[in-house]
Amino acid sequence: MKILVCIKQVPDMESRFKPNGSGVWFEETDLAFRMNEYDEYAVEQAVRLKEQLGDAHEVTVLSIGPDRVVEAIKKALAMGCDRGVHVQDPAASLKDPWQIAAIIAAYARDKGFDLIFTGMQSQDRGSAQVGVTVAEDLGLPCTTTLVGFAYDNGTITAKRELEGGVKGVVRVKTPALVTCQLGLNVPRYPTLPNIMKAKKKEIEAIPVGDLLREEARTATASFHPPAKKGGGIVLEGEVGALVDQLVGILKDKTAVLR
Amino acid sequence: MKALLIGEYREGKLLDTTYELCGFAAQLGGESAMLLVGSEGQLPDYGGTLYLADAAACGEYNPDLHKKLILETVARENPDYVVFVHSSYGWDLAPRVAAALKAAQVSEIVALADGGFEVGCCNAKMRRTVKPATSKAVLTIQAGAFPVTRPGGTPRVERLAAEGSGTLEFVGYEPAEAKGVDLTRAEVIVSAGRGVGKKENVPVIAALAKALGGELGASRPVVDAGWVDHSHQVGTTGQTVSPKLYVACGISGAIQHLAGMKKSDFIVAINKDKDAPIGEVADVLVVADVLQFAPALTARLAK
Ligand SMILES: Cc1cc2nc3c(=O)[nH]c(=O)nc-3n(C[C@H](O)[C@H](O)[C@H](O)COP(=O)(O)OP(=O)(O)OC[C@H]3O[C@@H](n4cnc5c(N)ncnc54)[C@H](O)[C@@H]3O)c2cc1C
Repeated sequence: MKILVCIKQVPDMESRFKPNGSGVWFEETDLAFRMNEYDEYAVEQAVRLKEQLGDAHEVTVLSIGPDRVVEAIKKALAMGCDRGVHVQDPAASLKDPWQIAAIIAAYARDKGFDLIFTGMQSQDRGSAQVGVTVAEDLGLPCTTTLVGFAYDNGTITAKRELEGGVKGVVRVKTPALVTCQLGLNVPRYPTLPNIMKAKKKEIEAIPVGDLLREEARTATASFHPPAKKGGGIVLEGEVGALVDQLVGILKDKTAVLR
Repeated sequence: MKALLIGEYREGKLLDTTYELCGFAAQLGGESAMLLVGSEGQLPDYGGTLYLADAAACGEYNPDLHKKLILETVARENPDYVVFVHSSYGWDLAPRVAAALKAAQVSEIVALADGGFEVGCCNAKMRRTVKPATSKAVLTIQAGAFPVTRPGGTPRVERLAAEGSGTLEFVGYEPAEAKGVDLTRAEVIVSAGRGVGKKENVPVIAALAKALGGELGASRPVVDAGWVDHSHQVGTTGQTVSPKLYVACGISGAIQHLAGMKKSDFIVAINKDKDAPIGEVADVLVVADVLQFAPALTARLAK
């Protein structure tokens, strides 16, 4: 079985964001980057599937972006993926979800993957489009938002998470694509021996120009902070003083403290 | 301008989010039509044209078939926009429709913007203004961002036949896990988020909840990591609460968490990040390390 996992590298969400020179995305200097949280579940599930099926089965991890994304690929390799693909694109952040999906589909089209895993969305863009669009482009069945995954003899039994904690159980035959939701599994931490082993694994580099033929279907006009609704009080300072201030406010404004 | 609204129906019920689509359409202006895979017995309060397919025959989750029904309707109505709620139904189906129409998709719209749409990004910390570059566009709207609007009237129903199967087999629903704690009745809820750092720190938050006479709540990552049981989770995939006081400890304020608690009477957030989006809904944002602040507050309340 051939498995593909698609991952994105995103900034730490606790960072401060400000527009870059283009005005349509964030300034990258001073940001720390990591693997998109949703994709960590995708990588973990792919590696678990390989462990279930045996070593003859291969997991490829793909990421699109500037050179820094190789770090995310290396982490996935250290978690147990077999080989990496880096689609080199310094301007990936200017591509829309349709173009990102088209790049992945162009790479995967003639490779005969039996199963493709993606995160359900990225933490920075959050469009939740790429996985499903790749599947449509490749003509693969697809289901999304997985919090449960089981594979047996060509059939996936997936649990989709719906609103209010209800789950929908879906069966689908491979080849297929699934998108992973938070909590699908507990992603492993790479161990030191596995990090060392990962250094020997191949990372193929492909210039994005070899894969992308599509024009963007949306344009970003601006990137900006939300308009502050205001109203809320912000308390800053030394802890003891903060406690006094908050207790005062709670006594004043709520019936909870007397 | 014309919008085709894709209504929502699950477990035999028309969902209220359908009326958020009407609220969006009202802001958009122009005409609308609606498509619903639902049932004759539960027609929406909507006076326009309703394309109706029978969920019992089509399946509630059968994206291949639902996509086909939408494409048929698009061919008849020729709308400028096909609009979904950004929900487990909408985000699953919208990209399939966009791909088939070779149309732009704009996801999780929170507001209309000059010539385009405003969407959230970077975990709700920032916004983008996005414009479709194709003549038709597929849109999904953020749940809760547009007012629930019941246009009233009786729809003019156009029945759609359900033909064909799909590549997915829907086996059935699994109910949400039994609620061990009914947070909806609590007057005070103190919730732990990922900012509490580790499982060993959860008792610090539980102690504050106790000192305030309330219950312990939690954000999703805290539940996923097994620090707190799922029955304490607040948010779209947990419980929706509106206590007199909600204290968010080390919670960033993602939309899915806010959806579960923003109707609380009074909201206090404790966060070391002054820009955390929880500040948007908080009445008081205490900028502090929660592991220092929470025990200090607990001690003060014990006096
Ligand atoms: C379909 C779907 C459904 C979802 N359903 C839910 C749901 O029901 N409920 C839910 O909560 N989430 C849900 N989520 C997840 C949601 O998007 C967020 O990922 C989640 O709410 C983030 O939790 P958090 O705020 O605890 O963690 P983070 O976003 O990681 O935030 C941690 C916060 O803690 C602060 N912090 C860190 N250290 C400290 C410290 N020492 N002192 C003070 N502050 C500190 C940081 O500044 C940050 O703001 C859902 C997501 C999806 C896609």
